[in-house]
Amino acid sequence: MSILNKIKKAKLVGRGGACFSTAIKWGMVKDVPGKRKFVVCNASEGEPGVKKDGYILENYPGRVIGGIKLAIDFLGAEKAYFYINHDYHKKYGNKLENAIGQLPIEFFIKPVGSGYIGGEESSLLNAIEGCRVEPRLRPPFPTTAGLFGCPTLINNVETFYNVSLVNDGEYKNKRFYTIGGESFKPGVYEFSDDETIEKILKMTKNYPDFPFFVQVGGDASGEVLNSKQLKNPASGAGLITVHNISKHQPKKLIKYWLEFFQKESCGQCTPCREGIYRLNEIINSEKIDWQLFFDVLNNLSETALCGLGMALPLPIKSYMKNVFTKLSDEKIKVENFDRKTICECFK
Amino acid sequence: MKKVKIKINNKVIKCEEGRTILNVARQNDIFIPALCSHPDFPPKANCRVCCVEINGRAKLAMSCKTKVKSGMEIRTDTDRVKKARNLNIELIFAEHIEKCPTCIWRVNCELLNLADRYKLEICRFPDRKGKRKIYKFSNAVEIDGTQCIDCRNCLDACSLMQKINYLELKGKGSEQEIIPLKSNKILEPPLFRAKDLLSEKNKSIDCIYCGQCALHCPVGAAQEQAHWDKVEEILKKKKSENKVVVAQFAPSIRVSIGEEFGLPYGQIVTEQIVSALRALGFDYVFDTSFAADVTTMVEAEELLERLARIRKPLPGSATPLLIRRGDGGEVPMITSCCPAWVKYVEFYHPKLIPNLTTARSPHVHNGGLVKTYWAEKMGIKPKDIIVVSVMPCTAKKFEVSRPELKINGNAPVDYVITTREFAWLMKKNNIDFANIEKTTADNPLGEFSGSAVLYGGSGGVMESALRAAQALACEKSKAKICERRIDFKEVRGLEGVKEATVTVAGKKLRVAVVNGIGCVDEVLKNLNNYDYIEVMACPGGCIGGGGQPIPTTQEIRRKRIEALYKIDKDKKVRRAHENKGVIEALDWLKKNKDLEHKVLHTTYVKRT
Repeated sequence: MSILNKIKKAKLVGRGGACFSTAIKWGMVKDVPGKRKFVVCNASEGEPGVKKDGYILENYPGRVIGGIKLAIDFLGAEKAYFYINHDYHKKYGNKLENAIGQLPIEFFIKPVGSGYIGGEESSLLNAIEGCRVEPRLRPPFPTTAGLFGCPTLINNVETFYNVSLVNDGEYKNKRFYTIGGESFKPGVYEFSDDETIEKILKMTKNYPDFPFFVQVGGDASGEVLNSKQLKNPASGAGLITVHNISKHQPKKLIKYWLEFFQKESCGQCTPCREGIYRLNEIINSEKIDWQLFFDVLNNLSETALCGLGMALPLPIKSYMKNVFTKLSDEKIKVENFDRKTICECFK
Repeated sequence: MKKVKIKINNKVIKCEEGRTILNVARQNDIFIPALCSHPDFPPKANCRVCCVEINGRAKLAMSCKTKVKSGMEIRTDTDRVKKARNLNIELIFAEHIEKCPTCIWRVNCELLNLADRYKLEICRFPDRKGKRKIYKFSNAVEIDGTQCIDCRNCLDACSLMQKINYLELKGKGSEQEIIPLKSNKILEPPLFRAKDLLSEKNKSIDCIYCGQCALHCPVGAAQEQAHWDKVEEILKKKKSENKVVVAQFAPSIRVSIGEEFGLPYGQIVTEQIVSALRALGFDYVFDTSFAADVTTMVEAEELLERLARIRKPLPGSATPLLIRRGDGGEVPMITSCCPAWVKYVEFYHPKLIPNLTTARSPHVHNGGLVKTYWAEKMGIKPKDIIVVSVMPCTAKKFEVSRPELKINGNAPVDYVITTREFAWLMKKNNIDFANIEKTTADNPLGEFSGSAVLYGGSGGVMESALRAAQALACEKSKAKICERRIDFKEVRGLEGVKEATVTVAGKKLRVAVVNGIGCVDEVLKNLNNYDYIEVMACPGGCIGGGGQPIPTTQEIRRKRIEALYKIDKDKKVRRAHENKGVIEALDWLKKNKDLEHKVLHTTYVKRT
């Protein structure tokens, strides 16, 4: 059976966070005519809190390189770029180099200072090409016109790891989860890919004995869920971060997201460059205009140019909806955070 | 291309597949605002104000980059669209410090128009760019960071179009800023723009003042440095200071300035310009086209002189041996009436300085003649004459500040204002340009041949020089068969590089016309293939100059240039050497030997 059919049968999805069908992506790059094709392994792991790609690189470098080799062979690709963040390169570079041997796989260290956006797939193509690191307009998608305008397959570290397992008949529908925050045993764990958040927390002896909520998928872009919403599998990049309700500070948490996204915005589009700047201004003002706050926030999902800009509303809105508005005033009181007004803005 | 049917706001529209929604909407008089979009550049879709709703799509689409497909149903006016669009415009407004009282752009300002159209609060958010710098490029162009809305059109103009790469984007997010490269000499990854730039890191880069950044800026953050205020002051004070204030206007203005007053693209308004300049208070108005004929004469003669020095081809060799450096008359000869191109040569390719024709540019010829020939005729002291040029160009501002142009201590031209500044002065003084009476320019510096106005478009200088050179060569040789053409269609058009082989004085002359400095490299690489080259830094030539009305697009350039050819075709006199006024002026200069060279020729400076 061909590698593509094996991947199709195993129903692999991308483990960078978007969960796009791996077979469809591979098929697309294969079908686009083009003499030069490229493969890129995205090992930038820029989503705060997520550590599973580092874990895989440390423990299974051969699998990852094996997966990349399968892609190169399948596509007849000219070469592959191993796009890796500076820290991981320092830690696992030697191991990976041994695994690469004579294969046409070249390291490309993620440019210093390129930040969160430097891991976005079209931005990393710009980085490799030596252009300003920021997202490209789509279409065209990287599958048809990626690196140097050639069809390019970009997959995450874990995806290539899975491809290698699939090829050897060893894939067992598992994925890696990172557990962090106020947990008892933070770390990277491997479970079935349909395991619920609740069970994962329990199996790893991380289920809190205090009132809590979690952020799932990433500390920046992940969705916030309360303790009654844990019957679903962990989404995105598989991170579960535990927050202690009584210890957390709502304003500080929201400001963390806002400041993170302001710092990481590439500045191309108005809603992200200007909008997030204004969100920070509003949240720090003496009297918060919540209607304006949510208008500017919603405008990001409506008109931001890339996934980064569109990502900010999810953590803030899900936190407000699932956690903050459900807290009673006695427990947590925040100046300027009027629950009634905030609830009205949601309508 | 295949035609498809789509609906915009329920109106059925037949259009070509593959065009953008914005393009189709505008062609059908459906307004969609767009700030960062310019047909000269690929879509960037960064301002996010052109959003529309497409039936069946969850997300709002940006009309500047979304192509129409058969059956598409588009809405530009839903509450959802209005909300997103208005908020983005308000956010953009907060980047732009309103300097409306002194901004000549305020009468055309897209931001103010949108605020008015949608009843927006222009100060919904406090200004955040108050402390940004204003970068001035010589005395020609400036970029005001306090007004910039981060659309990056100036970057595209400087890099993609002109390939100068002088402008850089520093920083990211809300910190990002357009800066001239000099102030950021160390290129730090990941902020450099293109790989080739990095490899040429040590290569110095400088502005050529073409002003294409200003021509593509939607909000006047990139602008010409204003001189209209100085001109206004002089016009006020001229009586008390006993000055005679003379205006001249470039060939290309007559087919573009009408646009500023709602006239159709390419409307010819030569006589209206003369009246408007008089109404503004200028004592005399001359047509720079007169001097374009002077330039043609000087340049054609120089061309013949340089060609005469080409040695006969060696037996078996196809091309004649070219004269090389040191003889003072290098071939290929290259035009020098575009001041941005001259700056380019002086800075990037000083070795080519001997190849530039020594002829001054038309408005400098004119200014020189005004302050010598005409001054003597009128009995006015040169020092009491102020010459103001109305030009399509920002680099002309720099040109007139060159000390080597001075004639006996007087600068031939005192001030240059752009087409836009001129339009602003008229609007400010309530001159009803569209309905103003027609008058003709003053003489003896007002007559012009058809070829003179061709200077306004790419290929025009070449065509004028070839017309004159052929005719002059025939007169001298007295040969029975001698080619004398009027139309040289092969050098016309808006392609990047145009080539032709033309017979002049029995020699095959290989000519090239570079339409836009971004295309110059392929000609520079093959210099030995040519004998005569015209270069205009701005695409389209002067009709697409950095000082011209906004917008300027390929379609508009084409209409402006067509109008120039119409003027030429309708003229009885179509060759420079048949302009009697020019012959008289040149004869006068021949009698005044000490002035002749000073008025007609110039020198260049290595600036590396």
